[in-house]
Amino acid sequence: MTVFKLYFATLLTLSWRNLWRNHRRTLIMLGAISIGVWAMIFMTALMRGMVDDMLDQGIRNLPGQIQIQHPEFLDDPSVVNNIPEPQGELLAALNQPGLKRWATRIKVPAVIASERESRGVTLLGVEPDAEPDITGIPARVIEGRFLQSNQDDGIVIDAKLAERLETRLGKRVVLMSQDPENNISERGFRIVGIYRTRLPGVEQFDVYAAKDTLQELLRIEGRVSQIVLVDDDYREIENLYQRIRQAAPAGSEVKAWYEIDTYLASMINMMDGFVLVWVIIIFLALSFGLANTLVMSVFERVREIGLIQALGMRPGLIVSQILLESLLLLLIGLVIGNLLAYITVKPLESGLDISVVAEGMAMMGASSMLYPNLTLHDMVLANTVVIILGVLTSILPAWRAARLDPVRALNTI
Amino acid sequence: MSAIHCHQLCKTFRQGDEVITGLDQVDIDIDAGEFVCLSGPSGSGKTTLLNAIGGLDTPDSGEIRMGDMRIDQLDRGALADMRLRHIGFVFQAYNLIPVLSAQENVEFVMQVQGVPAVERARKARAILEEVGLDGMEDRRPAQLSGGQQQRVAVARAIVSQPDLVLADEPTANLDSVSSEHLMGLFSELNRHHRITFVIATHDKRVMSYARRLIKMRDGKIISDAPQ
Repeated sequence: MTVFKLYFATLLTLSWRNLWRNHRRTLIMLGAISIGVWAMIFMTALMRGMVDDMLDQGIRNLPGQIQIQHPEFLDDPSVVNNIPEPQGELLAALNQPGLKRWATRIKVPAVIASERESRGVTLLGVEPDAEPDITGIPARVIEGRFLQSNQDDGIVIDAKLAERLETRLGKRVVLMSQDPENNISERGFRIVGIYRTRLPGVEQFDVYAAKDTLQELLRIEGRVSQIVLVDDDYREIENLYQRIRQAAPAGSEVKAWYEIDTYLASMINMMDGFVLVWVIIIFLALSFGLANTLVMSVFERVREIGLIQALGMRPGLIVSQILLESLLLLLIGLVIGNLLAYITVKPLESGLDISVVAEGMAMMGASSMLYPNLTLHDMVLANTVVIILGVLTSILPAWRAARLDPVRALNTI
Repeated sequence: MSAIHCHQLCKTFRQGDEVITGLDQVDIDIDAGEFVCLSGPSGSGKTTLLNAIGGLDTPDSGEIRMGDMRIDQLDRGALADMRLRHIGFVFQAYNLIPVLSAQENVEFVMQVQGVPAVERARKARAILEEVGLDGMEDRRPAQLSGGQQQRVAVARAIVSQPDLVLADEPTANLDSVSSEHLMGLFSELNRHHRITFVIATHDKRVMSYARRLIKMRDGKIISDAPQ
């Protein structure tokens, strides 16, 4: 161990001083590594933020990170596939501290008719006070108000739907659906609020009514279509998911968001793969500069390498010395690159306005505000890739240095 | 250990289509504590013989022994260890490591040998004082004159008390005063520390210090006599 320390001290001194014998070249290479690492982390944070936003939106549209519903409901979302409102063990599990929000909902197909037009819609019976956390729709009401209580008599519709129905705020419309006995249930509602959807294709045909009002209309008092749960982080719901599964009554089914929408789940894996490819592509560009720097550095001191061979330094130590030199260069570049990334991403985490491309972003399911997300995982990945591939890139020049013929090397001018 | 035994050493080099003879059936025995000069014109094989003895170059045929060790059969790692433990080199062109100070250059071999920091610093300062470089420990090679650099190289070669010092034209780049000083130092080390010296030179003043003179020409030993 002591001998190793002595060797390491020798190699470290030589490597550090060799690194700075050509300041300009070292600084240029450091600049390239720093900017490369910054670009890896910064762009990854932007992409991660965009995907997080798309996932968040996707989960809000489901809605909820965990859903409890009738086993047939996802395939056939009709009024007959309902479950009782939570009680007993399930209610106790839902009310345990730690869960951010849960709510019951009714979701049935319906027809909405104005004085001039009619359209097929999805009629949602919601608990208004829970809705900001579940879908966020109340924040997007642009005219009028959102529902105020579970007994509210009004409805809230999308602005585009209002336009198609040729109706407006304050007007009355008729909603028709079926009760569990297949009888037509219909009723007039006043439009009390109009919201603007973020995802036109998905949310445009959602019509919001109060839960109790719909239970009465559909004659399903005490029963709901779904119980939806929202926690702080959609990535960390496994414990909650298992707890709710154990507490859910027979005749109901508990599903996590990644089981309900496998496309959303695959986006996370796709993103991880994409980040790795992105990091490797940037590194490949960097590696040419790094290899060139080391080759030049070895080429410039062939005579010196011959000398240390003549003095008795083993080939393995010469390889270690060149690799250590490369490692020092990489580590300094990484520190600067990470700091640059941190100080440029952190101020943007409160949101980056990209409304100029909002339409394109909306088509991808993301919003016009981008919230870059700097994660430790991505930083560790970028740093690990740079260190591992950087050292691998340095092996060839190091090996060539160790294989130099000492006599020829000492006679090099 | 320091007894050198060379038997039927042959070495050739290719230069284009031409084959040049470096060593031609060289037989030589050098005892511990000898002070030997190899002389001869350029291309006579002096440096080739030094490189072969020092394990920097391998002969095409023949055998070299240092004590019981067959140098010509060692691999690169073992040769490096052999040089580290038993041989000190002094080259014509000083060959110091430019990024290290005079003291660090002297300490380098001891550092690779695994000598603790305090001990090697003490030894390095003492040897630098002995070669007349007291107060110049922190200077880098570029801040030293040619003679001072060569003295640092000598200090580095002898600081760990090797069995054998191989010096190739050590005075070629030095003025006469520095040359005298250096050879005086070599003689003193040879006498006091019983270090074996093998010096390749064609400088008559250097030869005058030797107790045995080996003359070479065209890769062969043409005379070998004490003086």
